[in-house]
Amino acid sequence: MTQKLVVIGAGMASGRVLEHLFDAEADFDVTLFNAEERGNYNRIMLSPVLSGEKTYEDIVTHDADWYDANGVTCHFGDHVTAIDRAAKTVTSQDGTVAYDKLLIATGSAPFIIPVQGKDLPGVITYRDLDDTNAMIEASEKGGKAVVIGGGLLGLEAAAGLAERGMDVTVLHLMGHLMERQLDEAAGFLLRGDLEKRGITVKCRASTVAILGEDKVEAVLLEGDEVLEADLVVMAVGIRPETRLATDAALSVARGVEVNTQLQTSDPDIFAVGECVELDGQLFGLVAPLYDQAKVLANTLMGTPDVFTPKELSTKLKVTGCDLFSAGDFEEAEGREDIVFRDPARGVYRRLVLEDDVVVGAVMYGDTADGNWFFGLIRDKTDISDMRDTLIFGPAYQGGAPSDPLSAVAALPRDAEICGCNGVCKGQIEDAIAAGATDLAAIKATTKASASCGTCTGLVEQVLAVTLGDDFVIPTDASICGCTDMTHEDVRRMIKSQELKSMPAVWQECGWKTSCGCHICRPALNFYLLADWPLEYQDDPQSRFINERKHANIQKDGTFSVVPRMWGGITTPDELRAIADAADKFAVPTVKVTGGQRIDLLGVKGEDLPAIWDDLNKAGMVSGHAYSKGLRTVKTCVGSDHCRFGTQDSTGLGIKLEKILWGSWTPHKLKLGVSGCPRNCAEATCKDIGIVCVDSGYQISIGGAAGMDVRETELLCQVATEDEVIDVIKAVTQSYRENGKYLDRIYKWMAKVGLDWIQEQVADLENRAALAARFDLSQSVYRKDPWAEHVAEASPYQALADLTLEAAE
Amino acid sequence: MNALPDEWLDIASLDAVPQRGARLVKTAHGCVAVFRTGDNKVFALDNACPHKKGPLADGIVHGSEVTCPLHNWVISLETGAVQGADEGQVETYPARVEDGRILLDVAFLKRRDAA
Ligand code: SRM
Ligand SMILES: Cc1cc2nc3c(=O)[nH]c(=O)nc-3n(C[C@H](O)[C@H](O)[C@H](O)COP(=O)(O)OP(=O)(O)OC[C@H]3O[C@@H](n4cnc5c(N)ncnc54)[C@H](O)[C@@H]3O)c2cc1C
Ligand code: SF4
Ligand code: FES
Repeated sequence: MTQKLVVIGAGMASGRVLEHLFDAEADFDVTLFNAEERGNYNRIMLSPVLSGEKTYEDIVTHDADWYDANGVTCHFGDHVTAIDRAAKTVTSQDGTVAYDKLLIATGSAPFIIPVQGKDLPGVITYRDLDDTNAMIEASEKGGKAVVIGGGLLGLEAAAGLAERGMDVTVLHLMGHLMERQLDEAAGFLLRGDLEKRGITVKCRASTVAILGEDKVEAVLLEGDEVLEADLVVMAVGIRPETRLATDAALSVARGVEVNTQLQTSDPDIFAVGECVELDGQLFGLVAPLYDQAKVLANTLMGTPDVFTPKELSTKLKVTGCDLFSAGDFEEAEGREDIVFRDPARGVYRRLVLEDDVVVGAVMYGDTADGNWFFGLIRDKTDISDMRDTLIFGPAYQGGAPSDPLSAVAALPRDAEICGCNGVCKGQIEDAIAAGATDLAAIKATTKASASCGTCTGLVEQVLAVTLGDDFVIPTDASICGCTDMTHEDVRRMIKSQELKSMPAVWQECGWKTSCGCHICRPALNFYLLADWPLEYQDDPQSRFINERKHANIQKDGTFSVVPRMWGGITTPDELRAIADAADKFAVPTVKVTGGQRIDLLGVKGEDLPAIWDDLNKAGMVSGHAYSKGLRTVKTCVGSDHCRFGTQDSTGLGIKLEKILWGSWTPHKLKLGVSGCPRNCAEATCKDIGIVCVDSGYQISIGGAAGMDVRETELLCQVATEDEVIDVIKAVTQSYRENGKYLDRIYKWMAKVGLDWIQEQVADLENRAALAARFDLSQSVYRKDPWAEHVAEASPYQALADLTLEAAE
Repeated sequence: MNALPDEWLDIASLDAVPQRGARLVKTAHGCVAVFRTGDNKVFALDNACPHKKGPLADGIVHGSEVTCPLHNWVISLETGAVQGADEGQVETYPARVEDGRILLDVAFLKRRDAA
């Protein structure tokens, strides 16, 4: 016997129920009421309609033909006003209809905050196509829009209106956006991305009133701030639409109460969608509604079925704001976090674990692995075996956690392996497929690692990953016990994967310790600041004490202080200030160094800021006698005074020192400038030496006079001082970008070859690009660390002095 | 002196010591180094390496260990024991963090007095 099924509400949930029933050819005569003047469409796609990416026609799910074909009697634009359970009828604006089974699928109504002015024209909620069209129409006049509510709906409305050219401000009551789906860190990143699209975001903003005479004109906030507004969108939340059910005396809590068969307190009345409540739980996303629809269809057809709520995940449909959240990520007793961040790339991942099961995930910036994590949450997978690498996502799983090849295996095909020749991983893989099975063949066919050679390790790893056991990697020493990677491998990873923070390197390169050690951290700190001078923040805690305290530590724990004397030139005033400081701080030893300046040895750590302050006041700055960076530029008296001098070697030395000071390099960097080949400044045993000649300047590099004594080799000869400066900036930058931490220039030169360095500076375009990158880095680092530390002197003092207490 | 009833001494705010860093507390019998690790645990040890009295507070902190700045001996902050092939022991003192404040056990002062 055909039963009469009456459905109130043609929304996403009831639409699905009908599809199941008709697919199963169930025997129902369906009458469908909808308050909206249309049938079922994909409500969640209203945001693309608002932003203009889609039209209403694109998102219709059931058209007139479909209802017709399935014999549905449609009452669209017809509000149901009452249910008579005794008579088993429903009454609408147009009349009364009898039912055998009734389905309530009335969805939700937007929540409207009860403030003055809420009913003014120009105040819109965001729920259906009419709201969407009203917003589109309002935006055509341009002007200012205020969106109240920084949740999913509010932000999609804001993005759509901004896309349509309105000047949009989002007001959010809580401290960060989408607080129900995101934690603070992800909310912060989201805010940044929205602000990049010109949307203003105000958090902790409480709306007091909406102002206007006969249409909205402004929004008044707590604290008396007034925001002009031509349009106000209220998107502060929804509440289940339960009025009919309440009137019909069905059991209603926040929503219409149902059992796991979606049956209400009246056995012939069912409810589905956002209007229902099950065990105190409400449903506001389509995924669980679709599950409900399937169960309800089975219930109606007499097939036993049970609805069980599952974990939910959320994404935001705003292009360019890549976020994902799932499960429960509140902090709680017994829960642990795994966090991965890369601030510079705007990537944030956080997993919340409880008893070796992932219970929550929040991701921002790179959400590609969202569904995989969601699966782990849903299936309650035991993750103890993959815990170490879990946060990196599925690409890292399966191998041993410390498999040195996993990082390279996970690289995408377009990851650049060889920086010199711009060769990507994919090209190397192709070359291997075409028969290149060793390093030499890869070099010959792709040019990868054929230039400076620092990517050799990575190329070998690509070979090993691709060829498996057929390729045995020559073992090169790793940086330290924290990693299996060599310095060169890590440097290539930092560049090609744009790793801009230490945690990013630790994670992407599979560090085996939580935060590195005293060997790798100083190296990484240098590599990061050399490669990303603007983005990376120098980490003093990863520096050796000399560089952290900007002074050389002595065997008794005191320090030495060496102010700069540019090019070895000083003045009576400077000498007086040094003498005064030596007296004032009772400096035990004052010595002239081998670097043409004066060393104050034996200063107490806590006196450092005070002695620096005195030297600063006399115009002197740190001499960096402690740094892996520019030390000294020794000069001779040159053409100013010397009868043989060919050029102004003193002046050039001072210029060079003023340009290079403050720069960080793989190891210390010393220069010398001699005025003629007699070479009184010993330029040819420095890292970079300049010997002036009649026709210009001979620049040579790779000298040393420490544990190894070496003579420099000629890099090039140039005619002008400006060229000298450019060549030296370029060669320093190339050393900095490619050299291994703690290799002096001569060691770096032995690896990459003088020819290669010569090519770098001979190509004028490349020389200029290197010099420009050097200047960029110096815009951050050419400053006096002493002055900065004088202003922030507390770390040099004891935390507390308990000598008195102990004496009591 | 603001000793708490349970004899813990409030020394300073946790923020006063940098993460993976250390600051000194002066006592009548030499300096104690208060370390803060990357995961915000605090430890208090004598500021003198068993090798040649290197100032441990000036070392690099990694995990729950510090590397001496003078000749790279590695010392466990948790036990004070020298790690690896070298041998030695540094005195450690009770320390903890509560409500963002670093607390040291008053008894440690007494113990140092007696030393
Ligand atoms: C102060 C000074 C000696 C002096 O009294 O003249 C000096 C003192 C130190 N030198 Fe030097 N070097 C000094 C000029 C030199 C020179 C000569 C020069 O620069 O013309 C050399 C040989 C040239 C060269 O570098 O090739 C020199 C080659 C070294 C080396 C060996 C480097 C190498 O690559 O072989 C080291 C060890 C190191 O850096 O690893 C070193 C390391 C040191 C350290 C920093 C040792 C340390 O790590 O504690 C010394 C600090 C002593 C202290 O207690 O402050 N010092 N050192 C000189 C400071 C110059 C300045 O004004 O900045
Ligand atoms: C802009 C927007 C974006 C969204 N984005 C997402 C998303 O990305 N992901 C996600 O999972 N969810 C999203 N949602 C939520 C999702 O759309 C809802 O969960 C879903 O539509 C609820 O389905 P429903 O059938 O319960 O109610 P609805 O789809 O709202 O349908 C209820 C229908 O009942 C009608 N009705 C109400 N009372 C009566 C009455 N008395 N008489 C006759 N008809 C009545 C209403 O007019 C309405 O058409 C979004 C919602 C909006 C508004
Ligand atoms: S080497 Fe040349 S420049 Fe130097 S002092 Fe002698 S003559 Fe003068
Ligand atoms: S004094 Fe600490 S290692 Fe030598």
